[in-house]
Amino acid sequence: MSTNLRVKSSEFIDETIRISFKFNGKTYQGFKGDTLASALLANNIHLVGRSFKYHRPRGIMTAGSEEPNAIVQLNDKTNRTEPNVRATEVEIYEGLEASSQNCWPNVNFDIGGINNAISAFLPAGFYYKTFMWPASFWEKYEYFIRQSAGLGKSPSDNDPDIYDHRNIHCDVLVVGAGISGILAAKNAAKNNLKTLLVDEKNELGGATIYQNSEFNKIDNQSSSNWIKKEIQELKNIKNLEIKTRTSVAAFHGYNYLLARENLTDHLEKKNKQGKIRQRLLKIRAKKVILATGALERPLIFNNNDRPGIMLSSAVKKYADFYGVISGKKNVFFTNNDSAYESVLCLHNKGIKVEAIIDIRENSDSKIVKAVKDAGITIHWSHTIVDTKGYKKLSSISAMKLSNDGLSVTGKNINISCDCLGVTGGWTPAVHLFTQSGGKLVFDENNKVFLPNEYPSEQLSVGSCNGDFKIKEIINNLSINLKQFLKIKKTDFDDITVESEEENSKRNIWLLPSDKPIGKTKPFVDYQNDATAKDIKLALREGFRSIEHVKRYTTTGMGTDQGKLGNMHALGIIADTAGVKMGELGTTTFRPPYTPLTFGTIVGRNVGEYFDIFRRTPMNDWHIENKAKFENVGQWKRAWYYPINDENMHKAVQRESLAARESAGILDASTLGKIDIQGSDASEFLNRVYTNAWSKLGIGKCRYGLMLNEDGMVYDDGVTTRLGENHYIMTTTTGGAANVLGKLEDYLQTEWPELDVYLTSVTDHYATASICGPNSKKILNKIIPDLDLSEENFPHMSFKNAQIGNIKCRLMRISFTGEHSYEINVQANYGKAIWEKCMEAGKEFNITPYGTETMHLLRAEKGFIIVGQDTDGTMTPIDLQMNWIVSKKKYDFIGKRSLYRSDTMKEERKQLVGLLTDDPNIVLEEGAQIVSELNQSPVNMLGHVTSSYYSPNLKKSIALAVVRSGKNMMGKKLFIPMVDKNINVTVANPIFFDTENKRLNA
Amino acid sequence: MFIINCPYCGERDQQEFKAGGEAHIERPKQPTELSDDEWAGYLFMRKNIKGVQFERWNHAHGCRKWFNMVRDTSNDEIKLIYKMGEKPPSE
Ligand SMILES: [Zn+2]
Repeated sequence: MSTNLRVKSSEFIDETIRISFKFNGKTYQGFKGDTLASALLANNIHLVGRSFKYHRPRGIMTAGSEEPNAIVQLNDKTNRTEPNVRATEVEIYEGLEASSQNCWPNVNFDIGGINNAISAFLPAGFYYKTFMWPASFWEKYEYFIRQSAGLGKSPSDNDPDIYDHRNIHCDVLVVGAGISGILAAKNAAKNNLKTLLVDEKNELGGATIYQNSEFNKIDNQSSSNWIKKEIQELKNIKNLEIKTRTSVAAFHGYNYLLARENLTDHLEKKNKQGKIRQRLLKIRAKKVILATGALERPLIFNNNDRPGIMLSSAVKKYADFYGVISGKKNVFFTNNDSAYESVLCLHNKGIKVEAIIDIRENSDSKIVKAVKDAGITIHWSHTIVDTKGYKKLSSISAMKLSNDGLSVTGKNINISCDCLGVTGGWTPAVHLFTQSGGKLVFDENNKVFLPNEYPSEQLSVGSCNGDFKIKEIINNLSINLKQFLKIKKTDFDDITVESEEENSKRNIWLLPSDKPIGKTKPFVDYQNDATAKDIKLALREGFRSIEHVKRYTTTGMGTDQGKLGNMHALGIIADTAGVKMGELGTTTFRPPYTPLTFGTIVGRNVGEYFDIFRRTPMNDWHIENKAKFENVGQWKRAWYYPINDENMHKAVQRESLAARESAGILDASTLGKIDIQGSDASEFLNRVYTNAWSKLGIGKCRYGLMLNEDGMVYDDGVTTRLGENHYIMTTTTGGAANVLGKLEDYLQTEWPELDVYLTSVTDHYATASICGPNSKKILNKIIPDLDLSEENFPHMSFKNAQIGNIKCRLMRISFTGEHSYEINVQANYGKAIWEKCMEAGKEFNITPYGTETMHLLRAEKGFIIVGQDTDGTMTPIDLQMNWIVSKKKYDFIGKRSLYRSDTMKEERKQLVGLLTDDPNIVLEEGAQIVSELNQSPVNMLGHVTSSYYSPNLKKSIALAVVRSGKNMMGKKLFIPMVDKNINVTVANPIFFDTENKRLNA
Repeated sequence: MFIINCPYCGERDQQEFKAGGEAHIERPKQPTELSDDEWAGYLFMRKNIKGVQFERWNHAHGCRKWFNMVRDTSNDEIKLIYKMGEKPPSE
């Protein structure tokens, strides 16, 4: 089997450099320049994988990114493994290891192949129909389906490679470096336009570069020689950047495109280390030229999927470009002239072509004549009705087609062969065009969809625009380019081009067989095993829209998005339903054009760079003191400070006791701070908070509640009047940015007459909050010359002070119910002030506490946390905070909504306290609350929003929202859990120090 | 991803902006005078049309200014941008 199937040395393959690689554990040899597919074919390996549903043996079908079958997993025994890679795109390197996917135990003997034998029982929608019932069995079915499906294996550890993103701005982006792309890019750049040319392959020149045909001549030379000269010239053009191995994945609105640039995948392992593997290019182009070419179509006939059946153009590319023959006995099957180019290519290399099966009645083009002259048998008006060979094609049988193309007649012609080149014509690659929002039109003559309406500054040129012959490509390109780029001339306006003009074609979407459709397997989607029979079944079952048929049959839903067979699916649907092509919709191609790695998408945003995070100025101290952290918005906040092996519960209980018994200290720097200035600042606060602000004295603080216009609580915090026209507002940690945005919105759009200026100063200040009965003594040690008496510095007031040389803003405000001070200093002094507080508090056992203890302490006092005890459906009335809603003010944001019939309902959920009958049971936050246990259906009254074990009260406490809760004081309710029912009693949400005596203690 | 011409900063990427819903819905000057239905109309009812729509946008990660945009929601074409307080074009 180790026959080397190289025909001749190719200029694109370096035969002096041998490369060994492994496929399914066995070592093979290839040459530098080979793809995995070409190297496998050179080693006479066609069978590469198994199909998804029937597990049928499948081989290499194409030579490009549209490959549906030859999908492999790459691995090098590290985490560097990648599934679903097209063997036709993998450039081999020393040490490459690849294996087949979707087969078990191996590609030659696969247990799932039994699905093929019972395929009559696996029609379209089989999984939907069979596994949907009973619903409770889904988990078991899913296990079975996943086992037998297997679309490769994902790596189990972190990706070791480096990925990157790059933004590119250019005047002109040219996608595709075939003949049209090269000419377009060259002329754009020469006209002083900053141009980027990208191509998914490693070589420029597209198909033209190896198209050594005597029928295509430019300037009296072969088109391949001519293009090589053009490519040579590109290198000297300023303004032109060229990127190969770069595949455009997505084309969005406003000419925003995403492309993946492959940098190291083709390199040996040792040369990959430390380098960027793939880069996501984010391209903003003033103009886009799509030169994406065309994809050859297969023909849809019975058993058209065996290994050895390939696209005609692929057979040619393997021979011309890689110097590899795909079979020793070749047959071609065609409906147009392009197969004849492949036939001549093989013939001229001395490779045997057994016969051509052509569904047309005849053709007199020059190229067909040349094939006739070579003495190769052509069976006109014939179609292939069946093929044989399980793991490799062994023969085909053909019959004469009826005039209407719907049936076959006459005798079977059997031809033994090991390679069948198939062509059904060419499909313009309009994927990117449609992604950008472009509208297509169906060209009845050529049976292709073509770009019709451009949604942005873009142009499709060459065969993706329906120009297939070199002459029409160059003529149309010259005209369109001048108009699109607004240039006077191109440098190929006057060149002479000779190419074949003949373009005859006989289009039959589904070719008949001598067997009825039910007994045949004409595959339309190779990767997903959807046959013409499945599509017809879907239509019979009432599906009409192409999008529905697609989902029901899974046609076009594989990793290749059905690049080969989508047109046939549309054609079969149109024929069967008796409508015009495209009338039931065309399929939408979605990004990415070819699969992207997750690494490319995330780029550098992995690990600690996954998301932005913010640290307070005291962060290092928290780390040194072994704090555990929690994420609050983007902030990393100290959660609790365990001593030795304390768990969270123990640490929080200790911290909570200390804060009330002596002194505690909290890093409150994360609270949002907005500086408000202007002669209308007081009026502005009046309008945004529910309570009154005009009479707040200078140097005083007030708690405020902010609503949405729908009356629901939005944010809260303390605002301090620093001067006549100067306030500092605090917001919740998570709400800061949104509050600022909302206030700006009202100022700019509803109340532009107000003289108010808002500035975010959250990051400018560090805040340490000291609380507890000894807080006053500690502050006195730090600022001895400040009078801390009740008369001079009462609760809810403000002082400017100085700690050493550091200016600070002091507020006597409390979120714990204890006598407390908030010290605000310029952020860079935060850690110094914190350490000073710790030093001064040492004799009082000052205890740093984190967010968890803060939550517990405020819950003891029944203070809400917006976002925990509220969820966007709670009004201040629901929170039993009527005291903060001004009755006198004419208007404030959300006021009118408080008087809507719905917000005034008595049976709304209201905030209450809950006490468990057993003081040691701590409720689960989120637990449901009911009044009857044996009800069906059970009536849910509400849920627990905050719950803690209070060390100061030595019992469990909870806050909850309960329907009509404010009228339920003292009522017994139940909390049903999986293993028990918990008895609770509705209580006052203020559990501790109900008279607020400790504030002034 | 649009390119938006902020009336204060010039052309910037859409990433810098925040959409703010339908434009020219003025907050009632005397909300207390409104019936529940009238207030609900202001609060909740939005056109959400396919086609030419008047919208509010904010240059959130830039100058923080709000402005108005006329956009065709069917193809995302931005037809016009004008400042807050300016009158919408009649057609
Ligand atoms: Zn701006």
